Amino acid sequence: MPPVIEVRNLHKRYGDTVAVDDVSFAVQEGEIFGILGPNGAGKTTTVECIEGLRNRDRGEISVLGLDPQRDRAELTQRVGVQLQDSQLPDRLRVAEALELYSSFYRDPTDWRALMDTLGLADKADTRFGKLSGGQKQRLSIALALVGGPRVAVLDELTTGLDPQARRDTWALIEDVRSRGVTIVLVTHFMEEAERLCDRLALIDAGRVVTVDSPAALAERAQVQQRIQFRPSAPVDDRLLADLPDVTEVTHRGDLVLITGNSNALGAVTSLLARRGVVAQQLRVEQASLEDAFVELTAKHSDSKN
Amino acid sequence: MSVTTAPAPATAKASALRRMVLTEFKLYLRERIGPVWGVGFPLLLLVIFGSIPSFRRPSADLGGLTELDVYVPVLVAFVVTMLSLVSLPIVLAGYRERGILRRLRTTPVGPGRVLIAQLCVSLGTVVVTVAVLLAVARLGYGVALPKQFGGFVVATLLAVAALMAVGLFVAALAPTGKAAQAIGTLLFFPMMFFAGLWLPIAQMPRVLQHISHAAPLGAAVQALQDSAQGHWPHPLQLGTMAAYAVVFGLAAAKLFRWE
Repeated sequence: MPPVIEVRNLHKRYGDTVAVDDVSFAVQEGEIFGILGPNGAGKTTTVECIEGLRNRDRGEISVLGLDPQRDRAELTQRVGVQLQDSQLPDRLRVAEALELYSSFYRDPTDWRALMDTLGLADKADTRFGKLSGGQKQRLSIALALVGGPRVAVLDELTTGLDPQARRDTWALIEDVRSRGVTIVLVTHFMEEAERLCDRLALIDAGRVVTVDSPAALAERAQVQQRIQFRPSAPVDDRLLADLPDVTEVTHRGDLVLITGNSNALGAVTSLLARRGVVAQQLRVEQASLEDAFVELTAKHSDSKN
Repeated sequence: MSVTTAPAPATAKASALRRMVLTEFKLYLRERIGPVWGVGFPLLLLVIFGSIPSFRRPSADLGGLTELDVYVPVLVAFVVTMLSLVSLPIVLAGYRERGILRRLRTTPVGPGRVLIAQLCVSLGTVVVTVAVLLAVARLGYGVALPKQFGGFVVATLLAVAALMAVGLFVAALAPTGKAAQAIGTLLFFPMMFFAGLWLPIAQMPRVLQHISHAAPLGAAVQALQDSAQGHWPHPLQLGTMAAYAVVFGLAAAKLFRWE
């Protein structure tokens, strides 16, 4: 099956500033594809070229077989968009907004059902200006879906939301995907990418660093383990530091903090056991997508310089 | 309720425009700037002027007309200016500032339609308000309806075209809704001065009269007063308004950005 979205060697500059240098990736039908990267990496410009909001300077883009520049009219029928920082008139009511936007499309979804699904039914008569951040975001998602799109591009979906609203929104996105909509998600939240995305394109300085699943990305980064505990009796730092798997030992109050490779935990606990010391409040931080992100983007900048 | 049959694109677009005009009109009423300042305030001025007995007495200085005869066209110009030059740019620049026009660019109808809807709402409000103004002046204070009615309609529409063009120009330049409000309000007072709100044009010093004739509202008020008294408006005044409409309309079209 051909990919739903294919981007090849996309290049876009604003004056002297190169926003997107060379970006290529393909999005498969039915997946949640994340575009992850630090601020200013070129994520938003990339999706704006996909949405047809900006004209690319070089490269090829195909969305559902359409060229966003040439076939914009048709593209807007089939691609739902949620923009970063886009609002509605403050005095427009939720139901009015949905009814208005559904009138734009050839074959819209039932906006009342959508309003129910997104938990906005009891806010139908509430003005946009009076909605909470999470409700505004849900309405914005509803508007992206009201045209019955096959692809939805969502930019900075949960920025500014509280943790509960963020989790609710994630559940919603999974629900949308289960209805067969392919989703492109722009984010700079690792947790969001890890939780939602089937695959991720990691973008830094206008280039794709890598494309992979969140788990594979985290694994690829050879990140050290961080261990912390409160020893039941004093332990000589040198004994710990001499362990071959340990690279660093420090203290914070009466906590011992150890960094080391993936075998460090075993080595440390057996040393403590031999000396009859109990590790209280033991915490181990595993390599996360965030570590992978930092490491991969750092490597990338190194190789450039 | 679910409409699953795909209507012909033209019908779909017509219904989108209808829905948009309806929505923009509702918002217009809720925002209140237009209804309060563009409709309520000129009507209040009419009632105040109309309640002053000396305003209803024919005056030799005004060639046998009453002050009110002269002021009704000025109030029509007030309505047109408030709705086209002040209220319209605030909405459009605000929509751009809030990313609403940009969001519409990602839909099949595009942002052009919201512009059309806004123009429809403004024009519709002008027409209704002017009709109410003339009716109140006639029934409440005995001001005759425009004697050259066709000329009055043409002059009003040209005034709307000229002022909307300037309003769109302001909307093109203003980065925010607040900036548009400031610019529109700043332009409003000198424009209304040359329309004769404070001093009838006929009583202005000669220099100010010349400026007034070249100003869009001065030309509008002259044309409205002439047609109110039964003369077809002078082509120079109609031409002045048309020129403002074309020049500022083109400049606005060139400068206007959706985002």
